[in-house]
This record gives sequence, C-alpha cells and structure tokens, in this order.
Amino acid sequence: MTELVATSPGLFPLPDWAKSDLSDLKGHQKDDLISGDESGAIGSVYEEAREEVVSDQLDAGLDRVVEGQLRWDDMLAHPLTVHDNVETGGIVRYYDNNNFYRDPRVVGELDFSGDVAAELEAAADLAGETPLQAVLPGPYSLAELASDEHYGDEAEFLSAVGDFLAGEVEAFPEHETLFLLDPSLVTDAPDEDLAELVPETIDAVAGATDADVVVHTYWGAIDEKTYAHLMDADVEAIGFDFVAGGREETLYNLNEYGAKDDVALGLADGQNTLVEEPETVRERVDWVNGQIQASEFDTAYVTTNTEPFYLPVNKHKEKLEALAAAADLESEVEA
Amino acid sequence: MSRNAENREQFRPNGLETDHFLLTTVVGSYPKPKWLNRSKELAEDDESKFDGDDLEEAYDDAARVITHEHENAGLDTIVDGEMRREEMVEYFAHRIPGYEFNGPVKVWGHNYFNKPSVASEVEYDEPWLVDEFEFTSDVAERPVKVPITGPYTLARWSFNEAYDTEADLAYDLADLVNQEVEKLVEAGAKYVQIDEPALATTPDDHAIVGECLERIVDGIPEDVRIGLHVCYGDYSRIYPEINEFPIDEFDVELCNGGYEQIDVFTDPEFEPDLALGVVDVHTAEVESVEEIKENILEGLKVVPPERLTVSPDCGVKLLPREVAYQKMENMVTAAREIEAELDAGEIDVTAPTPKAD
Repeated sequence: MTELVATSPGLFPLPDWAKSDLSDLKGHQKDDLISGDESGAIGSVYEEAREEVVSDQLDAGLDRVVEGQLRWDDMLAHPLTVHDNVETGGIVRYYDNNNFYRDPRVVGELDFSGDVAAELEAAADLAGETPLQAVLPGPYSLAELASDEHYGDEAEFLSAVGDFLAGEVEAFPEHETLFLLDPSLVTDAPDEDLAELVPETIDAVAGATDADVVVHTYWGAIDEKTYAHLMDADVEAIGFDFVAGGREETLYNLNEYGAKDDVALGLADGQNTLVEEPETVRERVDWVNGQIQASEFDTAYVTTNTEPFYLPVNKHKEKLEALAAAADLESEVEA
Repeated sequence: MSRNAENREQFRPNGLETDHFLLTTVVGSYPKPKWLNRSKELAEDDESKFDGDDLEEAYDDAARVITHEHENAGLDTIVDGEMRREEMVEYFAHRIPGYEFNGPVKVWGHNYFNKPSVASEVEYDEPWLVDEFEFTSDVAERPVKVPITGPYTLARWSFNEAYDTEADLAYDLADLVNQEVEKLVEAGAKYVQIDEPALATTPDDHAIVGECLERIVDGIPEDVRIGLHVCYGDYSRIYPEINEFPIDEFDVELCNGGYEQIDVFTDPEFEPDLALGVVDVHTAEVESVEEIKENILEGLKVVPPERLTVSPDCGVKLLPREVAYQKMENMVTAAREIEAELDAGEIDVTAPTPKAD
C-alpha cells in the first residue's frame, strides 16, 4: 500500500497583511527587492509571516512543513539573487506567467551563501514534531534562470550551480525531505550535451543530505530523453505535474523507463482558485497508481503541481487542507 | 476579413482645411489628478465625512477636467482618461456576475493585482460603461472613443473555475462585450476600442481572439468604428492572421521599439486601418514635433494616409501629467503638419496604393 504524504512545494503567497506592510517598508521598484541582509522592521515582518504560514500548515495537518520561502521575491532564482557574487539585471518574465523576477547575473565564483539555511533554521524551531521539508530550485532550473558572466561555459556553469546548492544543503538543519523544484527540465529541456550532466549535478546536491530527495517537475511532461537521463539521478523520487497537459506522455515515461520507489504527484492546481475536494485528490492518486503497470509506489508525496504563490491566501489555505485530508482518507481506508 | 468600413471621415474636425486627414486619438488611460487619489483615500476612511456620493462627484470632476485636457491638446477623438477605472480587468470583473474576488496575488516584487476568479457562468447585468460614455459625451465637443478590455484578456488574466477551457470563457465574455457595445451604440457611441494586451504574451491564441471579435461585432453597424489595441508583442507571430479579424483599425505600439517591427506589417498587404503609436509611454522625455513626424512616416510604409491613425503607444497613465499632455499636443501638431505636407505633395507616399474593392 502506498503511503501518502501530504506536502507542498513551498514558495507560499505572503499573508495579505505582510504584502501590505512589506510594500510600505520595502517599496515597489526593482531596487527595493530582497537583498539578503534585511533586518529591523522588515526582518520582523518576515519572522511573523513565517510563524503564520508554518502554523497554517500544522493546522491543516500536512505531513511535512516547509518554511514558505516568503522572502523569495525572485521566486526560484532567489538563492542566486541574494548571492554576493551575483548582480541583478533587468526584470524578466518568469516562465510563461504574468510574473517577473530580477535576472541574476553571475559575475564571480558561486561560493557559500547560507541564506536559505538561515531561514530553514528559523522554520525548524517552529515546526515542532512535524518533519521539516527543505526546498531549493533544482540546479538545472537555477542555471537556466540565471545569466552566466563568469564561468563562460554552459556545462561548467551548471556544475558550479550544483556545487553551490550542495554547499547550501550541507548547512541546512536536520530535515526529512528535500524538494528540488526543476520546472525548466520540462519547459526548456537540456540539449544533448547537458542532459547527462543534469543527473550528476542533482547527485551532487542530493549527496549533501541524508534526507529523502524529490526532484519535482511541472508545467507539463518531461520529454522522453530528459526523463531517461533523470532516472540516472540517485534520488528517492521524481515529481510530476498531473494538472497541466502531457499526462499521457508522463505515464508513457513511467511505464517505459520505470520509476523511482517514491513519487511526488502534483494533483492540486497551484495556479487556479478552484479548490479540489479531498476525495477528488484521492481518486487522482488511485488513477495514477492504476496507470502504472510495473510498480506500486512506496511513498507518494501529494502536493500542488506548482509553487502556490500564484494563489490568493484564502484559496491556498483551502488547498493545503484538501491535500492533508486526502492523505488522511488513505489512512482511514488502510485502517 | 477587416470590416474596411468607410467610417473615419465622421471624425474629421470642423475647420480642418487640409484634404488629407490623419485621425488623432489616444489609447485610453491618463494620469489621475493627485486630488482624486486623495479623495479615494478619504472615501475609504470611516472617520472622514467624505462619503461615496462625494467620491462620485470627484470622479465626475476628474473626468471633466481630463476630457477637456484631451480636447485642448487638439485630439480628434477623445476619452475621459479612464478616471473611474483603477485596473483594466478588475473594473469589468466587478460589473460582471460570475466573477468573485479572493484577494491580491503577486505580479512581481511587492506589486500585486486583485486577480478575480470566474466562479460561475458570466452574465450581463447593468451596463458597464454607458454612464461613463454619456457623461464624457455631454462634457466633450469632440467625438468620444470608448476603450473596453477585451474578452480574451478578461479570461486570461482571471482564474477560471467554471469553464472547461479558457476559450469557452472568452467566448461567453465576448457575447457580453457585444451586448455592451450594442448599448453604447444606442447611447450614441461611434468609436470603440477593444484592448487585448494578453494576446501579446500568448500569440498562438490569435484564432480565439478572432472568434471573440466576430462575436463582438455581430450586429454592430458599419458606421461604428471598431479598433483593436495590442501592445508589446512579437507581431510576426500574429501577422498576417490579424488581417482576418473583423475590425476597422489595428492599434499597435511600435515607438518604444524604434519601429524595428514595422516591416512585419508590410507583407502581405495590411488590411485594416493602422493606428500607430508615435510617442513612447515609457519615457518621460517629450518627443519633439519633428521626431514625431518621422514616426508618423513609419506608418505610411504600411498604409496610405487615408488609413493611418496616430496615437501614443499605449495608455499614458504612468507618465507625469504635464508630460502626458505635452506628448499629445506635440503629436497633434505633428499630424497636422504632415497633413499639410501631404497636401503640398512634399511627402512621397511609399505605402501600397489603396486596395481595389
């Protein structure tokens, strides 16, 4: 029987009061976004907001708690935009969304930062008994979101990003799971030269933690070749988007090339306010399991397909509750 | 097919002595007077005596002032600067049953948008813009243009909870826009502009926008001028498909990009009239009359003078008000000088000759 773990990919919407307070404290322009050395009133708002989103997750009954990544003004590009050897360029479109981030221009060596470890420490103190889940961009997506003006070679840059993320993970407090969000594997599949390097850089990051590592992808299916290479990565699970298109292709990949023992299933829509019923989420889990011929997953992480910052706060909370309830339905069935 | 209606002469201002006539207009939004923003804050403050009726009066005052400001700039067709509208999707979503609001969502940094959800089938209730149009028409001496956010953008920039596809939602919204345009026409409107900025980010959906436009113009008389405004896109991806749209005029920003894309529209022959952005709304530097005249000549590469409209690239609401005014005034001066030079035969018109019917 597959164990269902209700969780989230992180990158939550800020609570509305924090949206408003931070607008006032930080401003609305490009130069007003997070620098990584914020303190005082701004730091306090983030602390209070973090407490709120952690407690929302505990109230909803999720099986993992994320920090919420509320400081990530630049979404998945955040670990680089706050780095000392990265300058921020113009505002650029974030994938195919009506959202924008600062282009991180890497101008020097990607040495240790510690920015994400610090916020995770703060969340660990709040999570109590519920296991902590760390969240980072996958190395390939982070490299794709950035501009390299230092390494000068695509492969060298990807490896450097992988090593940088590994260094960050080493500094993390104890965590049960690490989600690496890697949508670029779907939207901008690596070319032949990089495809083999992708699992190697993922291994570098995964090797830095004892936690279960999930490479989560979204906005469609991973193309066949990329998936075949990704299966070489030494991780516990790969995550799939079952909300966006490409379901047939995803199932084909899973049946044709096999699957990891565990899986992450993006079953609730992170970009639409329609809240799924727990029963619907549960049916979707069963449906996916039914489509996989070779294996039954040991663990399935049940989550929204994308980061949920696209949603208004009220609907996001309802989605978290629905995911937690869906996982509980399973245990009732088991009992 | 373009509507290709012979409906632009009705906007020729009295007393224009040149034979040539370049229709001058604007896209819609204009900087709000500072006191209007203060009035809104007061109306939201429970402790203030300033109430909703006072705010309505403030909107009227602002609309009156800005309408006159457009007329003073010499424009042939004018708007009220969208004084009553805060945001181009929210304004309409508040007036369409089926929409609900759940709270702000992030666009970038700490810039948020009250992205609405379509929770049930959309319906037509009270008119959206007829009061605004009637007020502006009463105030104005010149013909009034009415900008409306298009159904594709209304659908695309909302959460869709109720429809199987975004296209289905867009088509239903297009039927509502059609009803609204009918009401505006009954009230006397002769010039309607459909704004579809979302098409620029998802150009592959041009067929959906085309179908929406077919629904919008259904039953609308030919003497009503229908424009379509799109901005900041890669036009090679929607041209020549837009030639099939049932519109009189295609309004596009190209000044901001230095007319790099103007050639896109020259082959095959451009079907609708062209409304060309000839001043940049993203720079506070006011273009000189000479500079704007050069920009107008870019438009003549695509259409002959009798099919050219000139306007700013986009809504000017983010500019300082005095800059916005100066840009409009210079734009009109430039257009009038070009008309005179065309009459005098001083300009070599390189555009394809008008189509034979």
